[in-house]
Amino acid sequence: MALTGLALLGFVLVHMLGNLHLYEGPWETHEYAETLRDLGTEVIPRTWVLWALRAGLIAAFALHIHSAYSLTRMSRSADRRYAGGRDYIAADYASRTMRWTGPIVGLFVVYHLADLTWGHFNPDYVRGDPYHNVVASLSSLPVAIWYLVANVALATHIYHGAWSMFQSLGINSPRWNPLRRRLAQGFAAVILIGNLSFPILVQVGVIDDGGRSVVRERLEADHAVGDALAPPGGAP
Amino acid sequence: MSPTEPSGAAHGAQGEPPDGPATLNLRLRVWRQDGPEAPGRFETYEAAGISPDASFLEMLDVLNERLTLDGQEPIVFESDCREGICGTCGLMIDGRAHGPQKGTATCQLHMRQFSDGDLITVEPWRAGAFEVIRDLAVDRTALDEIIAAGGYISVNVGAAPDANLVAVPKEAAECAFDAAACIGCGACVAACPNSAAQLFTAAKVQHLNLLPQGQPERWARTEAMVETMEQFFGSCTNHGECEEACPKEISIDFIAWTNRDYVRAKLKNRKLAGQS
Repeated sequence: MALTGLALLGFVLVHMLGNLHLYEGPWETHEYAETLRDLGTEVIPRTWVLWALRAGLIAAFALHIHSAYSLTRMSRSADRRYAGGRDYIAADYASRTMRWTGPIVGLFVVYHLADLTWGHFNPDYVRGDPYHNVVASLSSLPVAIWYLVANVALATHIYHGAWSMFQSLGINSPRWNPLRRRLAQGFAAVILIGNLSFPILVQVGVIDDGGRSVVRERLEADHAVGDALAPPGGAP
Repeated sequence: MSPTEPSGAAHGAQGEPPDGPATLNLRLRVWRQDGPEAPGRFETYEAAGISPDASFLEMLDVLNERLTLDGQEPIVFESDCREGICGTCGLMIDGRAHGPQKGTATCQLHMRQFSDGDLITVEPWRAGAFEVIRDLAVDRTALDEIIAAGGYISVNVGAAPDANLVAVPKEAAECAFDAAACIGCGACVAACPNSAAQLFTAAKVQHLNLLPQGQPERWARTEAMVETMEQFFGSCTNHGECEEACPKEISIDFIAWTNRDYVRAKLKNRKLAGQS
């Protein structure tokens, strides 16, 4: 749970930081996406490093769900309810909703991939122009709200998960223990603020490309120039 | 009565109106169950004229005497030392293990914590591994199974060794004693939303693992006790309810250290098995 969670935390942070390229503009976001595909091309073929990272991520995700499932099953079989109800003193909202926020984030990830990676749910999907796809998707208010809800669930999940990780891994030293909670709070807050900024700024129109795909137009223009310069019969 | 507890008169002087009720009239909603297989139900009893200086168990004694005189079956509950050190008593009182006072076992909880006219709900510990024997008494054998798996050290028998022959750092001794304060009541399991026994097991593992005397069996103990625990109890998701319920206020730091010891034990025990 903790080890796979750590891998997923790493991904969530890098994903959020990478998405900040949206603030730079459509072409810069496109170049960032291409950089990810070009990782390691000095040594091994293009997109191999990206696919290795994706495989690791999928494995971490699958194992995280598997451990959550088996731990939940173990608890369900060991647990008995109090007929007269019970009080919670230490368990907070985040820790008690892990088994809800987890599946919400899981469903969101599937939707998010279908929306922006595969383009199934996207109203105007242009391959290779993530900026345009984000704007096309998040300019719909229900979709933006769904992104808000899912990211609040994600931050709540991280708030408990990141702290819990230290306990599970046995990283516990009385001198540093207060820091663990603050680290989890800080991490959850950074992810929440970063990720929520995208749907909000699309909705208020700060991130906007007027429905045009800047990347497609520029690539087509480059191709037109390239075709005009190329000798008849094609390049060798 | 211990000297720290105010007498009835002192209690009145502590802020209650002088003409206020000297005794409490309570209603109790108590879980009654005739046996492990029988269906249980709540029964409501009037408990009038209870002294605020009575402990919760003494209040139940008074109620039981009245029930007996009325020809009814008394409520079955467990208790032994009644001074908070044996771990025999333990009730879920108003949805909290050992009741509303932090760091206090049921026997040390006094009725001054309640107000006149309160309805108090009393339930047995609930966990799959804690079968209800009758009414408020549950079977806590599963905790003994965890101890039997490794909660011991091996020593040479014979003449008693010199005292302090084995040097123990003061910090380690104090830390081990904090864990050894566990009385094995099972409140941690009762309070855990997962019915996990991590705090009990961690306390019992660490009070030996932290001391030199516990080192020879450290890795075998950790693996055996944790895995025996998992046969009976749920999984820890770090809610922290156990620490709040524990009458000895044992810290969940011990759970983290046991998690670390468990990983190390898995590696070391595999290595040791390869050498044999």
